[in-house]
Amino acid sequence: MSDGSITIGAAIVPAGATRRAVPAHGSRRAYSAYALVTPAAALMLIMLLGPLAGVIALSFTDYQLGAPHFSWIGLANYRDLFADKVFWTALRNTLAYVVIVVPGAVIAGLAIALLIQSGTSLRSLYRTIYFLPVMATLIAMAVVWEFMLHPQFGLVNGMLRGAGLPAFAWLQDRSTALYALCAIGIWQAVGFNMVLFLAGLVSIPKQLYEAAEIDGASSGWARFRLVTWPMLGPVTTFVVVISGIRSFQVFDTVHVLAKGGPSKSTEVLIHTMYTEGFEFFRSGYAAAITVVFLVFVLALTLIKSRLADRGVHYT
Amino acid sequence: MSNAHSIPFRAILRHVLLIAGAALMLAPFIWMISTASKPQTEIFSSELHLIPHQFALAENLREAFAKANLLRFLLNGVIVTVSIFVLQVMVALPAAYALAKLRFLGRETLFALVLFGILIPPQATAIPVFLLLHKAGLLDSYAALVLPFTISVFGIFLMRQFFKTVPDDLVDAARMDGISEFGIVWRVMLPAAIPAVTAFGIFSVVAHWNDYFWPLIVLNSEQLRTPPLAVAHFRNNEAGTSYGPLMAAAMVIIAPLVIAFLFAQRRFIEGITLTGIK
Repeated sequence: MSDGSITIGAAIVPAGATRRAVPAHGSRRAYSAYALVTPAAALMLIMLLGPLAGVIALSFTDYQLGAPHFSWIGLANYRDLFADKVFWTALRNTLAYVVIVVPGAVIAGLAIALLIQSGTSLRSLYRTIYFLPVMATLIAMAVVWEFMLHPQFGLVNGMLRGAGLPAFAWLQDRSTALYALCAIGIWQAVGFNMVLFLAGLVSIPKQLYEAAEIDGASSGWARFRLVTWPMLGPVTTFVVVISGIRSFQVFDTVHVLAKGGPSKSTEVLIHTMYTEGFEFFRSGYAAAITVVFLVFVLALTLIKSRLADRGVHYT
Repeated sequence: MSNAHSIPFRAILRHVLLIAGAALMLAPFIWMISTASKPQTEIFSSELHLIPHQFALAENLREAFAKANLLRFLLNGVIVTVSIFVLQVMVALPAAYALAKLRFLGRETLFALVLFGILIPPQATAIPVFLLLHKAGLLDSYAALVLPFTISVFGIFLMRQFFKTVPDDLVDAARMDGISEFGIVWRVMLPAAIPAVTAFGIFSVVAHWNDYFWPLIVLNSEQLRTPPLAVAHFRNNEAGTSYGPLMAAAMVIIAPLVIAFLFAQRRFIEGITLTGIK
């Protein structure tokens, strides 16, 4: 492994370790086993599996926080939801956000990883810089971005004006607000993807490049097309799915910078869920939104675990 | 001949592209520091300049600390993240050991549930967990911030994978010495698992230090605010008027993690990208 490279997971969790468990002699050890797993199992039930079942059950009720009683109303929440324009706006905006941020953050992450890996100097410095946005508290940086996008005193408009280009009221304009949030999303996710790609690049055997060269692949592009890209395939799918899941969960920037506005132009699923569930306390209705969100995320997750099962990702 | 020229050209091109990208990545940080160092009059001028004509960082910091109880909020962040991590380890390690090294009825089922739990995004359980805390009268407390995260199925999975690689002989030797199963977890397995626990710790602390969604939902009281919530409130109260102190506050909030990251960047990258396997 070269100086600037790192491995994820492999260093921490040596793969393929499937040792036979120590047989429990007598009931004493089995008894301790139950004592050891009980706190975890109980908390899992109370904080994770129970609530998951709860959110699905709630979505079939008209429960509102503080209401004295509630009743089962079948699919009424879903009917209301699918008839609600705000829901469709939120879904459309969420999908638009995902469709912009995922390719943006994946392609940029790959390009940066390739550039860093194509030379040997300053590798770890570049990696640190590009990873910095992943580390920094997103809410704090969102506030900084907001000031950078300030219509009058912001850096972005200042530079646009300097270049003789038209300026925008980015976050206050319904035609640009979502794109501004996408840009922040990409800025924040690039470094994470870069690190995953770097790990993938390091694991490509050098001999493959030598073999490709012997076979006449002399240009950098030919080597990329014949070796790097196919070898990175599984990592790429993996990064795409992870970026997709994370983008689906977008909330922080939307809430602090735009509150879903102006005129619902940045309304996204989790923000609608938050407003309905924790501002209006319409728990049943918000639960139905959560279920829709879950369906999308679990679909993406299934793709990922399929890949993980086949053992094709390198992380 | 062309080769001799193309090598330095390529190296230069690599640096030019990477530096351009790096400038883009660093721009918000630089702009934040620059704005936090400027007096009000320079912030509200349409002429762009990076280096302030008159340094006002100390004034802006002082104003930020005066307008918001930043120290208290940082302390809240430390209390919450450390409590979460400690409790996660206390819950996850014994379970991970049992799943990795002991045989008991229901082990496979429990492990399957752990794997399933990893797939559940945190927002999905927010409403029922909120209602639960409401019923228990725990909303708006440290407990509300900590309790829901004491169970980390991902932590259990990670530690179980690690424990699988610890030789059984080590466990058997400890048993010969008369150490109980409980003792083995803390006196044999934990010391062996320090690298994995560290990586998980970084992952956990960064995630909860930066978390905005959950504190936003369960908190009301000002004195319990975590750092991200504090910045958001600061922004709601001050944006439009005092950008200098606001940027100074943002700087203070991101500083602890960013400084820790710069000192141990390899470990941090390792820890945070654990979400990759998650």
